[in-house]
Amino acid sequence: MANILVVAEVVLGRVKKATLSAITFARQTGSPFSVLVLGTGARDAAAEVEAFGAQKVLVCDDASLADQVCERFAPTIAEVARKGFDVVVVTASSFGKDVAPRVAAKLGAGYAADIAGVASEGGTLVYKRPVFAGNAFAFCEITTATQVVSVRQSELPAAEPSGGASPREEVPLAAADPAAGRVEYIGLEAQKSERPDLGEARVIVSGGRALKEQFAQVLDPLANLLGAALGASRAACDAGYAPAELQVGQTGRVVAPQLYFAIGISGASQHLAGMKGSQTIVAVNKDAEAPIFQVADYGLVADLFVAVPQLVTELQKSQA
Amino acid sequence: MKILVSLKRVADPDNANKVKVTSGKIETTGLEWKPNPFDEYALETALRLTENGANTKARLGEVVVVTFGPKETETTLRAALATGADRAIRVDAADDTLDGDLVARALAALVAKEKPDLVLVGKQAVDGDANQVGQLLAEYLGWPQATFAGSIQSEGDKSLVVGREVDGGTLKLRVTLPAVVSVDLRIVAPKSVRSVHTPATHNYADGVRFAALMAIMAAKKKPLAEVKLADLAPDTALRIKYLRAELPPSRKAGIKVKSVEDLVQKLKTEAKVL
Ligand SMILES: Cc1cc2nc3c(=O)[nH]c(=O)nc-3n(C[C@H](O)[C@H](O)[C@H](O)COP(=O)(O)OP(=O)(O)OC[C@H]3O[C@@H](n4cnc5c(N)ncnc54)[C@H](O)[C@@H]3O)c2cc1C
Ligand SMILES: Nc1ncnc2c1ncn2[C@@H]1O[C@H](COP(=O)(O)O)[C@@H](O)[C@H]1O
Repeated sequence: MANILVVAEVVLGRVKKATLSAITFARQTGSPFSVLVLGTGARDAAAEVEAFGAQKVLVCDDASLADQVCERFAPTIAEVARKGFDVVVVTASSFGKDVAPRVAAKLGAGYAADIAGVASEGGTLVYKRPVFAGNAFAFCEITTATQVVSVRQSELPAAEPSGGASPREEVPLAAADPAAGRVEYIGLEAQKSERPDLGEARVIVSGGRALKEQFAQVLDPLANLLGAALGASRAACDAGYAPAELQVGQTGRVVAPQLYFAIGISGASQHLAGMKGSQTIVAVNKDAEAPIFQVADYGLVADLFVAVPQLVTELQKSQA
Repeated sequence: MKILVSLKRVADPDNANKVKVTSGKIETTGLEWKPNPFDEYALETALRLTENGANTKARLGEVVVVTFGPKETETTLRAALATGADRAIRVDAADDTLDGDLVARALAALVAKEKPDLVLVGKQAVDGDANQVGQLLAEYLGWPQATFAGSIQSEGDKSLVVGREVDGGTLKLRVTLPAVVSVDLRIVAPKSVRSVHTPATHNYADGVRFAALMAIMAAKKKPLAEVKLADLAPDTALRIKYLRAELPPSRKAGIKVKSVEDLVQKLKTEAKVL
């Protein structure tokens, strides 16, 4: 039986919901697990993960962890992992994927990214992960004693609390990598938005190249009405119609909301890789042959510039 | 500035012949080979960082490309030389004898020999989508890393300001060289990469450059060395073992709705998501 260390992702003093999928992963292995909460504000954030049945909630709260510089996070994660953990689990976010291989290299561990499932086969953990932009799933085993994985929020449901409160333990901050002295954090440029995070939204309204400069003008009313997050195809981001952080796909965010609107998106495999786990998919496209219709539960062949405003009106009517 | 660029040849999952799984194994026969797109972007980035933009012939530094693969991958290296790289190295290995950790350890040994100021890698290889070689390499070298770079500005060949594409936006870091940088899609936009030598007014064409016919001929004469994997990494044990593969459950196409009213009705009563 393995001992699992789940590394919580802390952003602005809150635990990201993706962490709960990492806890689900830990539970699926059937092994005991602890959660490491590290970052600035980790002491307060730790309360968010104390009721999930972890053996321990380990806390490292330090001002030097305010910015996501992996050369500062990796040494502490590795140091904690060395205290008897076999599998280190991070979220498959840009933070997790940046830091996890560095931790693996420190531990002499193998690392596998984007885990979509885990099962114990004859005592070894077998990991399921998407390859070729989600065109296939591969099953692999990590051959080293210590293992590091990043886990996909879109593939594993968020864990529900199991009650009680795990005992807390403070862990010391390990010295930063010497390389940290050669990294200067300048800042995070983010589009100010009141909308939910793409990874946490129940509804996502995504737009493609077809929206042109009217991206926000056409999609905002629909997203506002549904309390949805906005998403975009690569083509829409590349053209500057939508900010880069909205990109959904193989190289963008991987999402699985209850309801996903693909509006003016053709449905290239790299885009599908990021959203085909969604519960219900709606596509609006004027080309009846667009590949997006092959994955859509409900397809509407129409000009989006007519259909989306109509949809807004129709929804307003039904909400009234 | 001397830059080492890693370049992987991958089976293209995106052409007419889709990925197939036969008896639990992924079949790459029938798929087209192409350079990993992120590595093409890394090469373009390296070229932009070592020129002034106006005169792409005068290279201000050296760009060395390296691949791990069988003899056939020399085609990929020749193409990179034709696009502007100065020198190529092929580390001889069959694809299934490699994993990210082994590639990273061998690259670290190569870096010790070549002493580049910067290693540019793709953010991920689009076959295995493993997303780790750059980060592993940085740790093995004890160098800073800047992953998922969407923009790079060089400052006097001493440091780089890198705009990293992260979930919450663009995270800017200044890294002091030598460093490892992994590149993301938008690195090849017209203004994404600026060397200290690039005039502020210069705009690149969107995307990667193509080799001119003359350059393709000239590339045949550029140096291409072959290195044995075991000379770089004595321990060739793999840390990841692939057992089997399967196709994802195909999502069955749903229905076409006739109108917006019909759609809203179905979302409410059938899918029950509104
Ligand atoms: C290495 C690599 C990684 C990639 N990663 C990603 C990724 O992460 N995410 C991603 O999305 N893409 C990614 N791509 C790009 C992908 O291959 C496609 O190019 C991209 O998804 C296309 O975006 P699009 O559907 O918006 O544009 P297009 O393919 O141009 O499609 C536009 C669609 O809009 C429809 N349309 C036009 N006008 C109207 C109208 N008035 N009303 C209704 N419909 C209309 C058209 O019929 C068409 O189907 C990647 C590519 C590569 C090579
Ligand atoms: N066999 C290889 N040959 C050359 N470069 C490689 C190889 N495998 C991985 N890389 C480099 O490492 C990057 C990340 O790959 P990966 O971690 O496998 O997704 C790629 O974009 C390449 O630049």
